[in-house]
Amino acid sequence: MRRLLAVLLLLATLAALGLSGAGASAIAIAGALGVTLILILSPRPPEPPAAPQPAPEPDNCRRVDMELIEAIGDPVLITGDGRVDAANAAARKLLGEHIVGEDIRVAIRHPAAAERLITRAEPSDSRPIELVGLGGRDSRWQMNVAALPDGRTLVHLVDRSEGHAAEKMRVDFVANASHELRTPLAAILGFIETLDDEKAGGDTATRKRFLRVMHDEARRMQRLVEDLMSLSRIEAEKFRAPHTAVDLGALVREVHAVIRDGGNDRSRDVAIDLDESLPFVSGDRAQLSQLLHNLVGNALKYGRPGTPVTVGTSAGPGSMIRLSVEDEGEGIAPEHLPRLTERFYRVDPGRSRAVGGTGLGLAIVKHIVERHRGRLDIQSAPDKGTIVTVLLPPAPIPLSSNGNASVTGG
Amino acid sequence: MTEHTLRAFDDEIVELRGLISEMGGRAEAAIDNAMTALTRHDLDLAGNVVADDKKIDELEIAVERLAVQILTLRAPMADDMRETVAALKIAGVIERIGDYAKNIAKRVSQISRKSKIEALSVLPAMARLASDMLHDVLNAFAARDPEAAVEVCQRDKAVDDFYNSIFRTLLTFMMENPQTIGEAAHLLFIAKNLERIGDHATNVAEMVYFSATGQYLPDRERGTASDEA
Repeated sequence: MRRLLAVLLLLATLAALGLSGAGASAIAIAGALGVTLILILSPRPPEPPAAPQPAPEPDNCRRVDMELIEAIGDPVLITGDGRVDAANAAARKLLGEHIVGEDIRVAIRHPAAAERLITRAEPSDSRPIELVGLGGRDSRWQMNVAALPDGRTLVHLVDRSEGHAAEKMRVDFVANASHELRTPLAAILGFIETLDDEKAGGDTATRKRFLRVMHDEARRMQRLVEDLMSLSRIEAEKFRAPHTAVDLGALVREVHAVIRDGGNDRSRDVAIDLDESLPFVSGDRAQLSQLLHNLVGNALKYGRPGTPVTVGTSAGPGSMIRLSVEDEGEGIAPEHLPRLTERFYRVDPGRSRAVGGTGLGLAIVKHIVERHRGRLDIQSAPDKGTIVTVLLPPAPIPLSSNGNASVTGG
Repeated sequence: MTEHTLRAFDDEIVELRGLISEMGGRAEAAIDNAMTALTRHDLDLAGNVVADDKKIDELEIAVERLAVQILTLRAPMADDMRETVAALKIAGVIERIGDYAKNIAKRVSQISRKSKIEALSVLPAMARLASDMLHDVLNAFAARDPEAAVEVCQRDKAVDDFYNSIFRTLLTFMMENPQTIGEAAHLLFIAKNLERIGDHATNVAEMVYFSATGQYLPDRERGTASDEA
């Protein structure tokens, strides 16, 4: 505390010296003292004296301003003399509740904004400014500034983060897809080269082994290309909801049979638990079959051998129909859950490749569910297992003669 | 904030906080740009960072002038007094942070484009931690939020740990590759600068806490970490 006082005393002395040195001399000091005295005498009255009523008109204007900008969804601020006069709810959410009355630079802490809003070198310059890192680190906002007739300034912020995120995702996707395609290709080419060598290629056992690997890698590439194609097909159709009535129970039984006959030892662990009284769902039969294959395939691949995988249907909330695939595997750590449906996102990359995963399975599932106007939910507890739940809308009830009668008879 | 009878006093305090925020925004941008320049080996950008540091220095002078003016003319009391003194000290600290960013930018030309030192790929993550601390402490300053300031202080340890691990990595690297000692030393200094930025962010946090509550932040235990080098 003593140090603080010393600093203050020093500063005060310096300032006084500076003032008198500048030639303002005694008058300035006297004035300063006077002001200081007044301040000391009444530094902060407990109750502000009934302030003279400001002319009603500007006040009214302010309120209209406030209501006007409050109705806008994007963050909007009005500044006068470099201070925030008004900020709408979106702006207060983005920049903090404290910003009204603060300097605009406190509200928007960005060099470009400071230059535009404080110095106002060219008021006529209305080009938008790109602000990076306002709010969150990777967010991007576009700031538009307009002069109001009363000399104040309107600041309008537009969120541009999404566009950049989408662009980044597209670039990432192309990079990932080409990488994924190149990996098996490199292996195939390597083995072809080796087989071409008389010594290595001559031995039947080795040749067989190599051909086996090449076959597996080629298959993996094929699966990947197929997955990529179905992904783009589902995406292309996403605005057209499928409307065929599909018997989900029958479809589950059918997929179950296909998987069981697939020859995989593990496939015997699949059990089904169907509610037979459910209505049909509104969907695309081929896509729902793919969804089931992907989910059951995942459960078999990542569940522990010998533990059951249960595919069940039941009535969901509202009139929706619930389809669930449950395994008793190792589960998925919570931090991975939000990213599971990203393309090429893998919880354990090495393992996923070892079991022949393309990294697109759940992305496809997500897109299929979205196209069906359904909901996808993944719950997982480490060491307990994972439950994937899909809610699908029921098929519209076909118009029977009864229905017709009531429509026409009314 | 309660209003003062003298509207001009209010205006001055608001202006003071505006200046500090502008300094902070420029310092943040300087760190980010310096690190971008480093990773992309962008000498023009590095030059901009060095040139822009002058603006931070000018702002510091403006803050000092205004703070002294407030102290002499308004004789502020209680929270106004703390606010003014804190602003004065924060300005000094942010000016230092700007210098560290400038220092990083100056080293960009010393590190060759083809440098394969592993630390080079880890430094951006460390810079992110440090500049996040600065970002959040400036938010705490803007909102006068003491809790947010305390939270920033707690994160300094992560930056220190980062520095120690980079220090060790670089030391090993220098021993194994004596021909790149020059470059590695520059990277080490960059890591040190980032570590200092983290420390200074906690200094700002302490002043924000003091200005908001009137209490000094309880002394945090100082690791021997940053004394190692």
